[in-house]
Amino acid sequence: MKGRTIGRHFRESFKSLGRNGWMTFASFSAVTVTLILVGVFSVIMMNLNHIADDLENDVEIRVLIEIIEEEGQKNAAEEQLLAQVQNMPDVASVAYSTKEQELEDLIKDFGEELSLYEQSNPLHNVLYVKAINPQQTAKVAEEIEKLDYTYEVLYGKGKVENLFSFLNISRNIGFILIIGLLFTAMFLISNTIRITIFARREEIEIMKLVGATNSFVRIPFVLEGIWIGLLGSIIPVIVVSITYYKLYDILAPRLRGNMLELLPVTPLLYQVSVLVIGIGLIIGMWGSFMSVRKFLKV
Amino acid sequence: MIEMKKVTKKYPNGVVAMNGISTKIKQGEFVYVVGPSGAGKSTFIKLMYREEKATSGEVMVNGINLTTLKSARVPHLRRQLGVVFQDFKLLPRLTVYENVAYAMEVIEEEPKKIRERVMEVLDLVGLKHKVRMLPTELSGGEQQRVAIARSIVNKPGVLIADEPTGNLDPETSWEIMDLFEEINRNGTTVVMATHNRDIVNTVRKRVIAIEGGLIVRDEYGGDYGYEG
Ligand SMILES: Nc1ncnc2c1ncn2[C@@H]1O[C@H](COP(=O)(O)OP(=O)(O)OP(=O)(O)O)[C@@H](O)[C@H]1O
Ligand SMILES: [Mg+2]
Repeated sequence: MKGRTIGRHFRESFKSLGRNGWMTFASFSAVTVTLILVGVFSVIMMNLNHIADDLENDVEIRVLIEIIEEEGQKNAAEEQLLAQVQNMPDVASVAYSTKEQELEDLIKDFGEELSLYEQSNPLHNVLYVKAINPQQTAKVAEEIEKLDYTYEVLYGKGKVENLFSFLNISRNIGFILIIGLLFTAMFLISNTIRITIFARREEIEIMKLVGATNSFVRIPFVLEGIWIGLLGSIIPVIVVSITYYKLYDILAPRLRGNMLELLPVTPLLYQVSVLVIGIGLIIGMWGSFMSVRKFLKV
Repeated sequence: MIEMKKVTKKYPNGVVAMNGISTKIKQGEFVYVVGPSGAGKSTFIKLMYREEKATSGEVMVNGINLTTLKSARVPHLRRQLGVVFQDFKLLPRLTVYENVAYAMEVIEEEPKKIRERVMEVLDLVGLKHKVRMLPTELSGGEQQRVAIARSIVNKPGVLIADEPTGNLDPETSWEIMDLFEEINRNGTTVVMATHNRDIVNTVRKRVIAIEGGLIVRDEYGGDYGYEG
């Protein structure tokens, strides 16, 4: 193909947008609506996932170690326990904290009155254990309980299970929403394509009659689809960005009070914009490619 | 040159539209294809620009064997032919100028040459002053002139027309016929399927009459030959 033909295809694809005014607008609207949905849902889903991950990662097991007076015996016992826990396949990390550190943390949280315990500290040395998969926490806790030198194994039994089933349900809902969204998108776009095909079937036939090759017919159509996809992503990017920007200002401080963290505006909005534009481009390209393909087999 | 050897055409629904046709059309000839409705005239024409493929037999156009021609090469065949139809087949969203230019863009001609040649053929068909109009803004006769301009813009060796005057009033039909004669005088082979008795009987040319998928008459300077 010659350079001037490539230039011709670009010019032709732009002109065609104007010539097919009504159809351009219909496809543009379908893409816009679809991409707004894509943008909104991906912002929601990414935040839900982020919050779920945060909550899960906060789940840890507190292993209170048995109190042993004799220093040497105590060290040996704690080393053995530590080694055993570390060697468990489901364990991601283990942190050791002495009873003095524990008391300090308590004093920080609950006030100086507790400092009178500094003389005879009633607390235990503690291992903080995280499971590789947070949902395995209960199982890991159970296994640790079987080991020697554990005094008590705590992980918020009951609460943690509730949290996990809540998170699982919300992830499933997100999954269903995404499937629903994909169907909506496909419906909207295939409908638009059907309209376009009908209007253009004859044009394609005529082009082939005067000796156009398949690619000569196809390229301007596909380029036109790309422009529509890109144009269709402008409004969604703006709408989603502004909305999230405003909502973040309002919601983030309140949620932070509840230990929940929203994803910051950057890089989230960059990511979502790239996603929306990318999907717009692919939708436009795919849509026009499919609609032409049907009538090229002359 | 166009040559058919024992050509048959059976459509997928079982209708046999060509029943073993053999004929030769030499370069520069003017041929009418006549016959009753459903005789197979359009099928005969469609075989020549590979809109339809022969079921058996051989079709040669300008030295190209259409029976073995690969689909990907069909555009190259079509560029050596001009085709004109009863319903004009203009691109509805393109202007008169753009419609004619399209046939030259397809062969990746230089823009300067395209401009010159398009204006030249539009002048020839008498539509130089309407280049910016859309097909819907033209009369039927004018639309057919645009289609003819498009069909000859690449100086094809063969012009094929299927009832080019079928949608036009008698006077306009004569104007179109004049154009075909002029094109033929310049050496282009013209094959024209028609129901137009007046034209066939007045402008005497070779007549190929088809009935039931067979050539029943082939006569130089013949008449239309059917009643009503
Ligand atoms: N695409 C097709 N599929 C099946 N049958 C077809 C097809 N095209 C034509 N036919 C049949 O083939 C026969 C010849 O049709 P054709 O169109 O060649 O006739 P024609 O001589 O051009 O008629 P008319 O003067 O009415 O245009 C007819 O019986 C027609 O019904
Ligand atoms: Mg016919």
